[in-house]
This record gives sequence, C-alpha cells and structure tokens, in this order.
Amino acid sequence: MTNFVELWVYLSSAPLFGLTATLAVYVMAQAFAARTGYAAWANPVLWSVVVLACALLATGTAYPTFFAGAQFIHFLLGPAVVALGWPLWQRRAELRQRWGRLLLAALAGGTTAATSAVGLGWALGLPTDMLLSLAPKSITAPVAMGVAAQIGGVPALAALFAVITGMVGALSGRVLFAWLRVGTDTQGMMARGFALGTASHGIGAAQALQDDADAGAYAGLALGLQVVLAALLVPLVARLF
Amino acid sequence: MQSAGEALSHFLGLPIPGPVLGMVLLLGVLQFNPMQQAVAPAAGFLLTHLSLLFVPVGVGVMTHLDLLSAYGLRLVVVIVLSTWAGMAATVWVLKAFKPKAAQAVDAAVATQPKNTRP
Repeated sequence: MTNFVELWVYLSSAPLFGLTATLAVYVMAQAFAARTGYAAWANPVLWSVVVLACALLATGTAYPTFFAGAQFIHFLLGPAVVALGWPLWQRRAELRQRWGRLLLAALAGGTTAATSAVGLGWALGLPTDMLLSLAPKSITAPVAMGVAAQIGGVPALAALFAVITGMVGALSGRVLFAWLRVGTDTQGMMARGFALGTASHGIGAAQALQDDADAGAYAGLALGLQVVLAALLVPLVARLF
Repeated sequence: MQSAGEALSHFLGLPIPGPVLGMVLLLGVLQFNPMQQAVAPAAGFLLTHLSLLFVPVGVGVMTHLDLLSAYGLRLVVVIVLSTWAGMAATVWVLKAFKPKAAQAVDAAVATQPKNTRP
C-alpha cells in the first residue's frame, strides 16, 4: 500500500501523468459504453470526467498539475474545430440544396438556446457575469470560452457550462426526440443530429455519431454553423445591452 | 490552418475565434484536390476522437465546485431547460420547412393502411 502511494506521488508529479490518466480513463469509459451498446447514460465524456475529478479530489492533486499533462489533448480541440470543415465539404452538394432551411433552423435553435438560458438565469437571479458566461453555452467549449471573454463573461465558467450543456443534450436527446415525435428514418436522423449539434455542440455530435452516421454528419454541420453564427452574432447582440 | 486563422483573426481584429476562421480557410483550400487527400485522414482521426478532447476541460468542473454548490440547482435548471428549448426549436423549424417531396412521402406513409404488410 505504501508502495502504491509512493508510486502515485511520483507519477502525479510527472507532467505526463495527466495525459496518461486521461487516455486510460477514457479508453475504459469507451469500452464500458460499448458494452452497454452506447446507451445515453453511459456517455464516455461524462464518466471520464466524473472518474478523473473524483480521483484528483481524493488524492489531493491540483487541477493545474493534471492539466499540465492533459493540455496535450486539450490543444487538439482547436485543430478539431478546423477539421469540422471536412464533413461540411463532403456534404456540400446537399448543403447547397438545403442551405436556407438548415441556416434558419440553426439560427432558431441557437438563439432559442442562448436567450432562454440568459432569460431564465436572469429570472432566477443569477449574477451578470454568470449570465454572460451562459450565453455561448451551445457552442463548442473552446469557442464558447473565446466568445465569453469577448462579451465580458468568465471563460472557465463558459467552458464548464458548455460541457454540461453538451452532456445534457447527449444524455436526454433520445428521450426528447421521441417525445417530440422525430422519427428514426433518414429524415428523422438528420433532424435529430442537426438539433443535437445545434444545442449541444461536440458532445452532442459525438453522441449523434454513435447513434447514426447521417445524424453524426448533420450534427457536425450544425455545430460548425453554430460556431460561425455565434461567433458573429453573440458579440453583436451583447453590444446592444 | 488554425494558426493561420489565429494570426488572421488577430491582425484583422475580427471578433471570430482562430479555429473558426481556420475552418472557413480549410473550406476554401479544399477546392484543390491534393489538399483533400492531405486533410481527409487527419480530419477523420481528430473527429472520431472528438469526445476525448472534451475531457480535460470537463475535469475543470472540479475547480468551480464552490460556485456550483452556491448556484448549482438554478444552473442545472437553466442549462437543462434551455438545451431542450434549443433542440426543440431546431427540430420544429426543420419540420415546418420540410421539402415538399419529403412531406408527400410522410403523408403517403401516414395514410397507408397498417395491415398491408405481408
């Protein structure tokens, strides 16, 4: 047991600890999700976060120590946002056909999510900087942080809200869509994916991708659109107030 | 590409984050065939492991436990309801503006008697 503790102390002081721990836990969470047939509640991001946060708290490891290693993974988020251009490109023919409808849906979904969050938060008496950090929560975390910083929110909170939003969408999407009577045919899957990508960005898109290839593609598209729309509109709207 | 976007965004003072601009630049560059072959495997790799990339930021939740315990319930209510509202609005618009052809197919499926299956 003392050996184990010593080993832990040694490992956690090395910068690669965060990286290894993240990868190891994620691989386990992924395997677990696969065993449950990718059930929504077995979302690998959710469980990786829970397990890692508990492990860090239990061992008294500071978040910056963990992040020193995990930043190598975090860094890839930027290029991943760029890479979202690829599925868009692949579907450019379809896009040209349905451009107006998809753009309208993205606008409606994005503004509804942002305004309802800010409005509801305001009604419940949340402080202003928190409200401003809630506004970009439907955009993928790295971009949400940038947008929040621009409009006077707290980047770390924005990332947190974005991640929770993503998990809520990924966990509850299937139930909500069934309740709204969205089918599971190609059209329905397209709508499901697009809605997941619009309201709960990358984490929703990852869930959509596991549900269905069409849904995943449209989720990727929706999340890309949301990023562009939000990056353009949120600072503009925030300037009005 | 991201760094090119980052640089461009910085110099032009645009209110758009670097990676987003990078994505738009990528779309422009993809017009050229050799670029497509270079991008496909890299993009595919990054996107299949997309959910892993959110884990480090997600663990950052633990640094805000005090805030969460102060406003936790209200925050959860706000986030859950607004996320549902966003998804519902998206689906609703997609349904309302369904192409005519798809509507016709839906109508045909809906009016079909249930016992026609062999």
